[in-house]
Amino acid sequence: MHVDIPREATGLVPLAGQRRKAAARPFDRPLFWRLLSIAVFVLIWEIAGRVPVSYAFPTFSATAVAFFEMMVSGELPKAYLSTLQPLVLGLVLSTVLGIGLGILCGLWRPGEFMAIPIFVVLQAAPVAAFIPLVTFVYGIGLAAKTLAVMLLALPVIVLNSYKAVRNVNASLLDMSRSFLGNRRPSIVKIMLPDASPVILAGLRLGVAAGFVGVVLAELLITPTGIGDLITYHRSRADYAEMYATIASIIALSTVTLIALQWAEVRFLRPEKRSGA
Amino acid sequence: MMPPAATRLSRPELVPDDAIVEIRGISKTYGADVEALRDIDLDLPRGKLTSLLGPSGCGKTTLLKIVAGLVKPTAGTIRVDGRIVDGPGPERAFVFQDFALMPWATVMRNTAFGLELRGMARAKREEIAKRYIAEVGLSGFENKYPHELSGGMRQRVGLARALAVDAEVLLLDEPFSAVDEQNRRKFQEDLIRLRTVQKKTFIFVTHSIEEAVYLSDRIVLLSPRPGRISGIIEPNIDRTGNPDEIRRDRRYLDAVEEIWQGLREYVD
Repeated sequence: MHVDIPREATGLVPLAGQRRKAAARPFDRPLFWRLLSIAVFVLIWEIAGRVPVSYAFPTFSATAVAFFEMMVSGELPKAYLSTLQPLVLGLVLSTVLGIGLGILCGLWRPGEFMAIPIFVVLQAAPVAAFIPLVTFVYGIGLAAKTLAVMLLALPVIVLNSYKAVRNVNASLLDMSRSFLGNRRPSIVKIMLPDASPVILAGLRLGVAAGFVGVVLAELLITPTGIGDLITYHRSRADYAEMYATIASIIALSTVTLIALQWAEVRFLRPEKRSGA
Repeated sequence: MMPPAATRLSRPELVPDDAIVEIRGISKTYGADVEALRDIDLDLPRGKLTSLLGPSGCGKTTLLKIVAGLVKPTAGTIRVDGRIVDGPGPERAFVFQDFALMPWATVMRNTAFGLELRGMARAKREEIAKRYIAEVGLSGFENKYPHELSGGMRQRVGLARALAVDAEVLLLDEPFSAVDEQNRRKFQEDLIRLRTVQKKTFIFVTHSIEEAVYLSDRIVLLSPRPGRISGIIEPNIDRTGNPDEIRRDRRYLDAVEEIWQGLREYVD
Protein backbone atom coordinates (compact mmCIF):
# COMPACT_ATOMS: atom_id res chain seq x y z
CA MET A 1 0.00 0.00 0.00
CA HIS A 2 2.76 2.41 0.91
CA VAL A 3 5.35 3.60 -1.60
CA ASP A 4 8.56 4.60 -0.02
CA ILE A 5 10.03 7.63 -1.67
CA PRO A 6 13.39 8.22 -0.03
CA ARG A 7 13.65 11.65 1.55
CA GLU A 8 17.22 12.33 0.40
CA ALA A 9 16.19 11.63 -3.15
CA THR A 10 13.37 14.12 -3.26
CA GLY A 11 15.17 16.70 -1.16
CA LEU A 12 11.99 17.09 0.81
CA VAL A 13 13.11 17.51 4.38
CA PRO A 14 11.22 19.95 6.61
CA LEU A 15 13.16 23.09 7.36
CA ALA A 16 12.39 24.05 10.93
CA GLY A 17 13.05 27.53 12.23
CA GLN A 18 14.94 28.70 9.16
CA ARG A 19 13.35 32.13 9.09
CA ARG A 20 14.01 32.99 12.73
CA LYS A 21 17.48 34.35 11.94
CA ALA A 22 16.23 37.56 10.32
CA ALA A 23 15.82 39.49 13.56
CA ALA A 24 19.48 39.32 14.59
CA ARG A 25 20.74 42.84 13.73
CA PRO A 26 18.79 46.05 14.51
CA PHE A 27 18.96 47.30 10.90
CA ASP A 28 17.10 44.20 9.73
CA ARG A 29 14.16 44.92 12.00
CA PRO A 30 11.21 46.82 10.59
CA LEU A 31 10.46 48.09 14.11
CA PHE A 32 13.82 49.89 14.22
CA TRP A 33 13.04 51.80 11.03
CA ARG A 34 9.52 52.63 12.17
CA LEU A 35 10.78 54.09 15.45
CA LEU A 36 13.49 55.98 13.58
CA SER A 37 10.91 57.44 11.21
CA ILE A 38 8.79 58.63 14.14
CA ALA A 39 11.87 60.12 15.84
CA VAL A 40 12.84 62.04 12.69
CA PHE A 41 9.29 63.32 12.34
CA VAL A 42 9.22 64.52 15.98
CA LEU A 43 12.60 66.22 15.50
CA ILE A 44 11.44 68.10 12.40
CA TRP A 45 8.25 69.12 14.20
CA GLU A 46 10.26 70.44 17.15
CA ILE A 47 12.60 72.44 14.87
CA ALA A 48 9.69 73.79 12.81
CA GLY A 49 7.96 74.86 16.04
CA ARG A 50 11.09 76.62 17.32
CA VAL A 51 11.86 78.53 14.09
CA PRO A 52 8.76 79.08 14.17
CA VAL A 53 7.06 78.46 10.83
CA SER A 54 3.94 80.19 12.18
CA TYR A 55 2.87 81.62 15.50
CA ALA A 56 -0.04 79.17 15.37
CA PHE A 57 2.38 76.24 15.19
CA PRO A 58 3.51 74.91 18.56
CA THR A 59 6.62 72.80 19.16
CA PHE A 60 6.33 69.08 19.72
CA SER A 61 7.38 69.46 23.34
CA ALA A 62 4.72 72.10 24.05
CA THR A 63 2.12 69.88 22.39
CA ALA A 64 3.21 66.87 24.43
CA VAL A 65 3.01 68.89 27.66
CA ALA A 66 -0.47 70.14 26.69
CA PHE A 67 -1.52 66.55 25.99
CA PHE A 68 -0.51 65.34 29.44
CA GLU A 69 -2.15 68.32 31.12
CA MET A 70 -5.39 67.65 29.26
CA MET A 71 -5.21 63.97 30.19
CA VAL A 72 -4.64 64.75 33.86
CA SER A 73 -7.35 67.41 34.01
CA GLY A 74 -9.79 64.95 32.48
CA GLU A 75 -10.54 67.26 29.56
CA LEU A 76 -9.41 64.79 26.88
CA PRO A 77 -10.91 61.64 28.44
CA LYS A 78 -14.25 63.42 28.81
CA ALA A 79 -14.16 64.56 25.18
CA TYR A 80 -13.36 61.02 24.00
CA LEU A 81 -16.20 59.60 26.05
CA SER A 82 -18.53 61.74 23.97
CA THR A 83 -16.76 61.27 20.59
CA LEU A 84 -16.47 57.51 20.91
CA GLN A 85 -20.22 57.00 21.20
CA PRO A 86 -21.19 57.89 17.61
CA LEU A 87 -17.83 56.58 16.35
CA VAL A 88 -18.07 53.10 17.86
CA LEU A 89 -21.78 52.80 17.18
CA GLY A 90 -21.35 53.96 13.56
CA LEU A 91 -18.37 51.68 12.95
CA VAL A 92 -20.01 48.60 14.42
CA LEU A 93 -23.15 49.18 12.36
CA SER A 94 -21.10 49.89 9.23
CA THR A 95 -19.03 46.76 9.73
CA VAL A 96 -21.98 44.44 10.24
CA LEU A 97 -24.25 46.00 7.62
CA GLY A 98 -21.44 46.76 5.17
CA ILE A 99 -19.84 43.32 5.12
CA GLY A 100 -23.23 41.60 5.15
CA LEU A 101 -24.61 43.71 2.34
CA GLY A 102 -21.40 43.49 0.31
CA ILE A 103 -21.32 39.70 0.53
CA LEU A 104 -25.02 39.49 -0.33
CA CYS A 105 -24.51 41.69 -3.40
CA GLY A 106 -21.56 39.55 -4.44
CA LEU A 107 -23.63 36.37 -4.25
CA TRP A 108 -27.01 37.56 -5.44
CA ARG A 109 -27.48 39.40 -8.75
CA PRO A 110 -30.67 41.39 -7.93
CA GLY A 111 -29.00 42.68 -4.77
CA GLU A 112 -26.03 43.75 -6.83
CA PHE A 113 -28.17 45.68 -9.31
CA MET A 114 -30.18 47.40 -6.58
CA ALA A 115 -27.53 48.30 -4.05
CA ILE A 116 -24.15 48.63 -5.70
CA PRO A 117 -24.88 51.74 -7.84
CA ILE A 118 -26.00 53.62 -4.72
CA PHE A 119 -22.73 52.89 -2.96
CA VAL A 120 -20.66 53.70 -6.04
CA VAL A 121 -22.32 57.14 -6.10
CA LEU A 122 -21.92 57.56 -2.33
CA GLN A 123 -18.25 56.69 -2.55
CA ALA A 124 -17.68 59.15 -5.38
CA ALA A 125 -19.68 61.96 -3.74
CA PRO A 126 -18.06 64.48 -1.38
CA VAL A 127 -20.04 63.11 1.54
CA ALA A 128 -19.17 66.00 3.87
CA ALA A 129 -21.61 68.06 1.79
CA PHE A 130 -24.46 65.77 2.91
CA ILE A 131 -23.84 66.36 6.60
CA PRO A 132 -25.98 69.54 6.83
CA LEU A 133 -28.76 67.50 5.19
CA VAL A 134 -28.38 64.84 7.86
CA THR A 135 -28.91 67.55 10.45
CA PHE A 136 -32.22 68.54 8.89
CA VAL A 137 -33.49 64.98 9.05
CA TYR A 138 -31.93 63.57 12.20
CA GLY A 139 -31.29 66.67 14.26
CA ILE A 140 -28.07 67.28 16.14
CA GLY A 141 -27.90 64.33 18.49
CA LEU A 142 -26.23 60.93 18.53
CA ALA A 143 -28.31 59.66 15.59
CA ALA A 144 -27.06 62.37 13.23
CA LYS A 145 -23.43 61.88 14.21
CA THR A 146 -23.68 58.11 13.95
CA LEU A 147 -25.17 58.53 10.50
CA ALA A 148 -22.31 60.83 9.51
CA VAL A 149 -19.84 58.12 10.49
CA MET A 150 -21.79 55.55 8.50
CA LEU A 151 -22.09 57.76 5.45
CA LEU A 152 -18.33 57.80 5.21
CA ALA A 153 -17.54 54.28 6.38
CA LEU A 154 -20.27 52.19 4.78
CA PRO A 155 -19.67 52.64 1.02
CA VAL A 156 -16.05 51.54 1.03
CA ILE A 157 -16.84 48.54 3.26
CA VAL A 158 -19.75 47.43 1.06
CA LEU A 159 -17.86 47.89 -2.20
CA ASN A 160 -14.77 46.05 -0.99
CA SER A 161 -16.77 43.14 0.41
CA TYR A 162 -18.69 42.91 -2.84
CA LYS A 163 -15.55 42.94 -4.97
CA ALA A 164 -13.86 40.46 -2.66
CA VAL A 165 -16.67 37.95 -3.12
CA ARG A 166 -16.80 38.57 -6.86
CA ASN A 167 -13.09 37.99 -7.34
CA VAL A 168 -12.77 34.79 -5.36
CA ASN A 169 -10.28 32.39 -6.91
CA ALA A 170 -12.35 30.47 -9.48
CA SER A 171 -10.00 27.52 -9.40
CA LEU A 172 -10.56 27.06 -5.65
CA LEU A 173 -14.33 27.11 -6.23
CA ASP A 174 -13.91 24.48 -8.97
CA MET A 175 -11.82 22.47 -6.55
CA SER A 176 -14.51 22.62 -3.89
CA ARG A 177 -17.14 21.61 -6.43
CA SER A 178 -15.09 18.74 -7.81
CA PHE A 179 -14.66 17.35 -4.29
CA LEU A 180 -18.45 17.45 -3.90
CA GLY A 181 -18.76 20.67 -1.93
CA ASN A 182 -22.13 22.21 -2.72
CA ARG A 183 -22.99 25.86 -2.37
CA ARG A 184 -23.02 26.27 1.39
CA PRO A 185 -19.66 24.70 2.23
CA SER A 186 -18.17 26.38 -0.83
CA ILE A 187 -19.23 29.75 0.55
CA VAL A 188 -18.20 29.09 4.13
CA LYS A 189 -15.00 27.13 3.56
CA ILE A 190 -13.67 28.70 0.34
CA MET A 191 -15.32 31.94 -0.59
CA LEU A 192 -15.27 33.76 2.75
CA PRO A 193 -11.72 32.84 3.76
CA ASP A 194 -10.46 33.68 0.27
CA ALA A 195 -12.33 37.00 0.27
CA SER A 196 -11.36 37.96 3.82
CA PRO A 197 -8.13 39.89 3.02
CA VAL A 198 -9.96 42.21 0.62
CA ILE A 199 -12.95 42.53 2.99
CA LEU A 200 -10.58 43.40 5.82
CA ALA A 201 -8.73 45.91 3.66
CA GLY A 202 -12.10 47.56 3.00
CA LEU A 203 -12.84 47.49 6.70
CA ARG A 204 -9.59 49.29 7.48
CA LEU A 205 -10.40 51.97 4.91
CA GLY A 206 -13.92 52.19 6.35
CA VAL A 207 -12.66 52.63 9.90
CA ALA A 208 -10.31 55.40 8.77
CA ALA A 209 -13.22 57.05 6.94
CA GLY A 210 -15.35 56.69 10.08
CA PHE A 211 -12.82 58.74 12.04
CA VAL A 212 -13.06 61.42 9.35
CA GLY A 213 -16.85 61.21 9.64
CA VAL A 214 -16.98 61.67 13.41
CA VAL A 215 -14.61 64.64 13.39
CA LEU A 216 -16.56 66.24 10.54
CA ALA A 217 -19.80 65.68 12.42
CA GLU A 218 -18.43 67.24 15.58
CA LEU A 219 -17.11 70.22 13.67
CA LEU A 220 -20.13 70.69 11.37
CA ILE A 221 -23.19 69.54 13.30
CA THR A 222 -22.69 70.60 16.90
CA PRO A 223 -19.38 70.97 18.71
CA THR A 224 -19.06 68.06 21.10
CA GLY A 225 -16.17 65.87 22.20
CA ILE A 226 -13.03 66.17 20.12
CA GLY A 227 -14.61 68.60 17.64
CA ASP A 228 -15.56 70.86 20.53
CA LEU A 229 -12.01 70.80 21.95
CA ILE A 230 -10.50 71.67 18.59
CA THR A 231 -12.93 74.53 18.02
CA TYR A 232 -12.65 75.83 21.59
CA HIS A 233 -8.85 75.86 21.76
CA ARG A 234 -8.58 77.37 18.31
CA SER A 235 -10.88 80.21 19.33
CA ARG A 236 -8.74 80.86 22.43
CA ALA A 237 -5.51 80.55 20.46
CA ASP A 238 -4.37 77.66 22.70
CA TYR A 239 -2.51 76.13 19.81
CA ALA A 240 -0.61 73.55 21.84
CA GLU A 241 -3.91 72.20 23.21
CA MET A 242 -5.50 72.26 19.76
CA TYR A 243 -2.61 70.32 18.23
CA ALA A 244 -2.59 67.88 21.14
CA THR A 245 -6.25 67.13 20.47
CA ILE A 246 -5.71 66.70 16.73
CA ALA A 247 -2.64 64.52 17.28
CA SER A 248 -4.50 62.37 19.79
CA ILE A 249 -7.29 61.50 17.38
CA ILE A 250 -4.77 60.74 14.62
CA ALA A 251 -2.91 58.48 17.04
CA LEU A 252 -6.11 56.72 18.09
CA SER A 253 -7.08 56.13 14.47
CA THR A 254 -3.64 54.76 13.64
CA VAL A 255 -3.57 52.46 16.65
CA THR A 256 -7.06 51.18 15.78
CA LEU A 257 -5.95 50.35 12.22
CA ILE A 258 -2.80 48.59 13.42
CA ALA A 259 -4.87 46.59 15.93
CA LEU A 260 -7.27 45.58 13.14
CA GLN A 261 -4.39 44.40 10.98
CA TRP A 262 -2.91 42.46 13.87
CA ALA A 263 -6.27 40.84 14.60
CA GLU A 264 -6.68 39.87 10.96
CA VAL A 265 -3.34 38.08 10.82
CA ARG A 266 -3.86 36.57 14.25
CA PHE A 267 -7.34 35.17 13.68
CA LEU A 268 -7.98 34.93 9.94
CA ARG A 269 -4.69 34.30 8.15
CA PRO A 270 -2.83 31.62 10.09
CA GLU A 271 -0.37 31.16 7.24
CA LYS A 272 0.92 34.73 7.59
CA ARG A 273 1.65 34.37 11.29
CA SER A 274 5.11 32.91 10.96
CA GLY A 275 6.42 34.61 7.85
CA ALA A 276 6.88 38.24 6.95
CA MET B 1 -0.68 12.29 -41.92
CA MET B 2 1.08 10.00 -39.55
CA PRO B 3 3.28 7.20 -40.82
CA PRO B 4 1.95 3.75 -40.00
CA ALA B 5 3.70 2.15 -37.07
CA ALA B 6 3.48 -1.00 -35.04
CA THR B 7 2.09 0.84 -32.07
CA ARG B 8 -0.65 2.55 -33.98
CA LEU B 9 -4.15 1.16 -33.54
CA SER B 10 -6.85 1.25 -36.15
CA ARG B 11 -10.30 2.39 -35.07
CA PRO B 12 -12.18 -0.93 -34.72
CA GLU B 13 -9.59 -2.30 -32.31
CA LEU B 14 -10.16 0.65 -30.05
CA VAL B 15 -13.06 -0.73 -28.09
CA PRO B 16 -11.46 -2.18 -25.00
CA ASP B 17 -13.24 -4.86 -23.02
CA ASP B 18 -13.41 -2.76 -19.93
CA ALA B 19 -13.92 0.94 -20.48
CA ILE B 20 -14.48 2.85 -17.24
CA VAL B 21 -15.08 6.20 -18.95
CA GLU B 22 -17.13 6.31 -22.13
CA ILE B 23 -17.17 9.57 -24.04
CA ARG B 24 -19.90 9.73 -26.68
CA GLY B 25 -20.43 12.52 -29.20
CA ILE B 26 -19.06 15.26 -26.96
CA SER B 27 -19.02 18.74 -28.47
CA LYS B 28 -18.40 22.01 -26.71
CA THR B 29 -18.94 25.46 -28.12
CA TYR B 30 -18.14 28.54 -26.04
CA GLY B 31 -20.37 31.50 -26.74
CA ALA B 32 -21.67 31.67 -30.27
CA ASP B 33 -18.75 30.53 -32.36
CA VAL B 34 -15.76 29.30 -30.37
CA GLU B 35 -15.79 25.59 -31.06
CA ALA B 36 -13.54 23.89 -28.51
CA LEU B 37 -14.45 20.25 -29.16
CA ARG B 38 -16.27 18.52 -31.99
CA ASP B 39 -17.91 15.13 -31.72
CA ILE B 40 -15.45 13.28 -29.51
CA ASP B 41 -15.94 9.51 -29.11
CA LEU B 42 -13.51 7.85 -26.79
CA ASP B 43 -13.25 4.95 -24.37
CA LEU B 44 -10.81 5.11 -21.49
CA PRO B 45 -9.70 1.71 -20.20
CA ARG B 46 -9.95 0.83 -16.52
CA GLY B 47 -6.73 0.81 -14.52
CA LYS B 48 -4.70 2.45 -17.29
CA LEU B 49 -3.10 5.84 -17.64
CA THR B 50 -4.44 7.61 -20.70
CA SER B 51 -3.00 10.94 -21.81
CA LEU B 52 -4.84 13.58 -23.76
CA LEU B 53 -2.10 15.23 -25.76
CA GLY B 54 -2.19 18.16 -28.11
CA PRO B 55 -1.07 21.73 -28.69
CA SER B 56 -2.74 24.56 -26.82
CA GLY B 57 -6.22 25.28 -28.07
CA CYS B 58 -7.08 21.65 -28.79
CA GLY B 59 -9.64 21.53 -25.97
CA LYS B 60 -7.88 18.83 -23.94
CA THR B 61 -8.46 20.58 -20.63
CA THR B 62 -12.07 21.29 -21.61
CA LEU B 63 -12.56 17.58 -22.33
CA LEU B 64 -11.08 16.67 -18.96
CA LYS B 65 -13.30 19.17 -17.17
CA ILE B 66 -16.33 17.76 -18.98
CA VAL B 67 -15.39 14.29 -17.74
CA ALA B 68 -14.96 15.81 -14.26
CA GLY B 69 -18.44 17.30 -14.45
CA LEU B 70 -17.07 20.82 -13.98
CA VAL B 71 -18.00 21.95 -17.50
CA LYS B 72 -21.26 21.13 -19.25
CA PRO B 73 -20.86 19.84 -22.83
CA THR B 74 -22.91 21.41 -25.61
CA ALA B 75 -23.77 17.93 -26.87
CA GLY B 76 -23.00 14.32 -26.05
CA THR B 77 -22.79 12.21 -22.92
CA ILE B 78 -20.14 10.90 -20.57
CA ARG B 79 -20.56 7.65 -18.69
CA VAL B 80 -18.35 6.63 -15.81
CA ASP B 81 -18.81 3.04 -14.76
CA GLY B 82 -22.00 3.00 -16.79
CA ARG B 83 -23.58 5.98 -15.04
CA ILE B 84 -24.20 9.21 -16.90
CA VAL B 85 -22.15 12.15 -15.62
CA ASP B 86 -24.17 15.14 -14.51
CA GLY B 87 -21.67 16.97 -12.34
CA PRO B 88 -18.80 15.92 -10.09
CA GLY B 89 -19.03 12.53 -8.41
CA PRO B 90 -17.26 10.54 -5.69
CA GLU B 91 -15.72 8.14 -8.22
CA ARG B 92 -13.70 10.95 -9.82
CA ALA B 93 -11.03 13.21 -8.29
CA PHE B 94 -9.32 16.16 -9.94
CA VAL B 95 -5.74 17.41 -9.78
CA PHE B 96 -5.51 21.06 -10.80
CA GLN B 97 -2.93 22.72 -13.00
CA ASP B 98 -2.57 25.62 -10.55
CA PHE B 99 -2.72 23.21 -7.56
CA ALA B 100 -5.88 24.91 -6.16
CA LEU B 101 -4.65 24.66 -2.58
CA MET B 102 -6.23 26.82 0.10
CA PRO B 103 -3.43 29.19 1.15
CA TRP B 104 -4.90 29.59 4.63
CA ALA B 105 -4.94 25.85 5.30
CA THR B 106 -2.10 23.50 6.25
CA VAL B 107 -0.94 20.61 4.11
CA MET B 108 -2.96 18.37 6.41
CA ARG B 109 -6.21 20.30 6.00
CA ASN B 110 -5.71 20.70 2.26
CA THR B 111 -5.09 16.99 1.83
CA ALA B 112 -8.09 16.06 3.97
CA PHE B 113 -10.35 18.66 2.34
CA GLY B 114 -12.19 16.24 0.06
CA LEU B 115 -12.99 14.09 3.08
CA GLU B 116 -13.94 17.16 5.12
CA LEU B 117 -16.49 18.10 2.45
CA ARG B 118 -17.87 14.57 2.68
CA GLY B 119 -18.51 15.12 6.38
CA MET B 120 -15.95 12.64 7.70
CA ALA B 121 -14.93 13.13 11.35
CA ARG B 122 -11.71 15.03 11.86
CA ALA B 123 -9.65 12.30 13.51
CA LYS B 124 -10.61 9.79 10.84
CA ARG B 125 -9.92 12.05 7.86
CA GLU B 126 -6.60 13.23 9.26
CA GLU B 127 -5.50 9.66 9.77
CA ILE B 128 -6.26 8.92 6.11
CA ALA B 129 -4.69 12.17 4.93
CA LYS B 130 -1.53 11.45 6.90
CA ARG B 131 -1.15 8.18 5.04
CA TYR B 132 -1.43 9.83 1.63
CA ILE B 133 0.85 12.69 2.63
CA ALA B 134 3.43 10.01 3.39
CA GLU B 135 2.65 8.27 0.13
CA VAL B 136 3.52 11.34 -1.94
CA GLY B 137 6.69 11.86 0.09
CA LEU B 138 5.67 14.82 2.24
CA SER B 139 5.80 13.33 5.75
CA GLY B 140 6.87 15.99 8.23
CA PHE B 141 5.21 18.77 6.22
CA GLU B 142 1.70 18.22 7.62
CA ASN B 143 1.60 21.55 9.42
CA LYS B 144 3.24 23.65 6.73
CA TYR B 145 1.27 26.09 4.63
CA PRO B 146 1.32 26.02 0.81
CA HIS B 147 3.46 29.16 0.51
CA GLU B 148 6.18 27.40 2.47
CA LEU B 149 6.39 24.64 -0.17
CA SER B 150 7.96 24.53 -3.62
CA GLY B 151 5.76 24.17 -6.69
CA GLY B 152 6.53 20.45 -6.93
CA MET B 153 5.64 19.90 -3.30
CA ARG B 154 2.41 21.85 -3.67
CA GLN B 155 1.33 19.61 -6.50
CA ARG B 156 2.16 16.57 -4.36
CA VAL B 157 -0.39 17.94 -1.90
CA GLY B 158 -2.87 18.28 -4.79
CA LEU B 159 -2.20 14.65 -5.71
CA ALA B 160 -2.50 13.47 -2.10
CA ARG B 161 -5.86 15.25 -1.80
CA ALA B 162 -7.13 13.49 -4.91
CA LEU B 163 -5.84 10.11 -3.71
CA ALA B 164 -7.31 10.57 -0.23
CA VAL B 165 -10.94 10.50 -1.42
CA ASP B 166 -10.26 7.07 -2.91
CA ALA B 167 -11.82 7.83 -6.26
CA GLU B 168 -11.51 5.26 -9.00
CA VAL B 169 -10.65 7.77 -11.71
CA LEU B 170 -8.01 10.43 -11.23
CA LEU B 171 -8.20 13.38 -13.59
CA LEU B 172 -4.93 15.31 -13.86
CA ASP B 173 -4.96 18.63 -15.69
CA GLU B 174 -1.37 19.43 -16.75
CA PRO B 175 -0.30 18.71 -13.19
CA PHE B 176 3.39 19.35 -13.81
CA SER B 177 3.21 22.40 -16.04
CA ALA B 178 3.75 24.81 -13.14
CA VAL B 179 6.57 22.68 -11.70
CA ASP B 180 10.24 23.15 -12.59
CA GLU B 181 11.94 20.61 -14.82
CA GLN B 182 13.94 18.72 -12.16
CA ASN B 183 10.95 18.35 -9.85
CA ARG B 184 8.86 17.41 -12.80
CA ARG B 185 11.06 14.44 -13.67
CA LYS B 186 11.17 13.29 -10.07
CA PHE B 187 7.42 13.66 -9.82
CA GLN B 188 6.89 11.66 -13.02
CA GLU B 189 9.04 8.83 -11.68
CA ASP B 190 7.11 8.88 -8.40
CA LEU B 191 3.86 8.77 -10.32
CA ILE B 192 4.95 5.60 -12.11
CA ARG B 193 5.81 4.06 -8.74
CA LEU B 194 2.51 5.21 -7.25
CA ARG B 195 0.62 3.53 -10.04
CA THR B 196 2.02 0.15 -9.10
CA VAL B 197 0.26 0.36 -5.72
CA GLN B 198 -2.76 2.53 -6.52
CA LYS B 199 -4.84 0.52 -8.94
CA LYS B 200 -6.62 3.50 -10.37
CA THR B 201 -7.50 4.89 -13.73
CA PHE B 202 -5.55 8.00 -14.60
CA ILE B 203 -6.59 10.52 -17.23
CA PHE B 204 -3.79 12.91 -17.82
CA VAL B 205 -3.78 16.12 -19.83
CA THR B 206 -0.42 17.34 -21.06
CA HIS B 207 1.17 19.27 -23.89
CA SER B 208 4.51 17.53 -23.41
CA ILE B 209 5.10 14.66 -25.83
CA GLU B 210 7.93 13.22 -23.71
CA GLU B 211 5.80 13.31 -20.59
CA ALA B 212 2.89 11.61 -22.33
CA VAL B 213 5.06 8.82 -23.74
CA TYR B 214 6.97 8.38 -20.51
CA LEU B 215 3.85 7.96 -18.40
CA SER B 216 1.04 6.68 -20.56
CA ASP B 217 -0.39 3.31 -21.47
CA ARG B 218 -2.37 5.06 -24.15
CA ILE B 219 -2.05 8.48 -25.75
CA VAL B 220 -4.96 10.24 -27.41
CA LEU B 221 -3.79 12.91 -29.84
CA LEU B 222 -6.07 15.89 -30.26
CA SER B 223 -5.97 18.36 -33.13
CA PRO B 224 -6.72 22.02 -32.46
CA ARG B 225 -9.69 24.25 -33.35
CA PRO B 226 -11.99 22.48 -33.08
CA GLY B 227 -10.57 19.73 -30.90
CA ARG B 228 -10.88 16.34 -32.53
CA ILE B 229 -9.17 13.02 -32.07
CA SER B 230 -6.39 12.77 -34.61
CA GLY B 231 -4.84 9.51 -33.45
CA ILE B 232 -4.33 7.04 -30.65
CA ILE B 233 -0.99 5.52 -29.72
CA GLU B 234 -0.02 2.83 -27.24
CA PRO B 235 3.69 3.15 -26.51
CA ASN B 236 4.04 -0.33 -24.86
CA ILE B 237 6.99 0.70 -22.79
CA ASP B 238 8.27 -1.53 -20.02
CA ARG B 239 8.27 0.68 -16.93
CA THR B 240 9.58 -1.81 -14.43
CA GLY B 241 13.19 -0.84 -15.04
CA ASN B 242 15.05 2.23 -13.94
CA PRO B 243 13.72 5.62 -15.10
CA ASP B 244 16.80 6.57 -17.10
CA GLU B 245 16.61 3.36 -19.10
CA ILE B 246 13.03 4.17 -20.06
CA ARG B 247 14.16 7.50 -21.46
CA ARG B 248 16.76 5.72 -23.63
CA ASP B 249 14.40 2.94 -24.63
CA ARG B 250 14.05 2.51 -28.42
CA ARG B 251 10.25 2.33 -28.18
CA TYR B 252 10.14 5.48 -26.06
CA LEU B 253 12.17 7.43 -28.59
CA ASP B 254 10.21 6.05 -31.55
CA ALA B 255 6.89 6.94 -29.98
CA VAL B 256 8.05 10.48 -29.24
CA GLU B 257 9.18 10.87 -32.82
CA GLU B 258 5.99 9.43 -34.23
CA ILE B 259 3.80 11.74 -32.18
CA TRP B 260 5.88 14.74 -33.13
CA GLN B 261 5.49 13.86 -36.82
CA GLY B 262 1.74 13.63 -36.28
CA LEU B 263 1.44 16.91 -34.40
CA ARG B 264 3.89 19.11 -36.28
CA GLU B 265 1.38 20.06 -38.92
CA TYR B 266 -0.69 21.81 -36.23
CA VAL B 267 2.17 23.96 -35.00
CA ASP B 268 2.44 27.26 -36.73
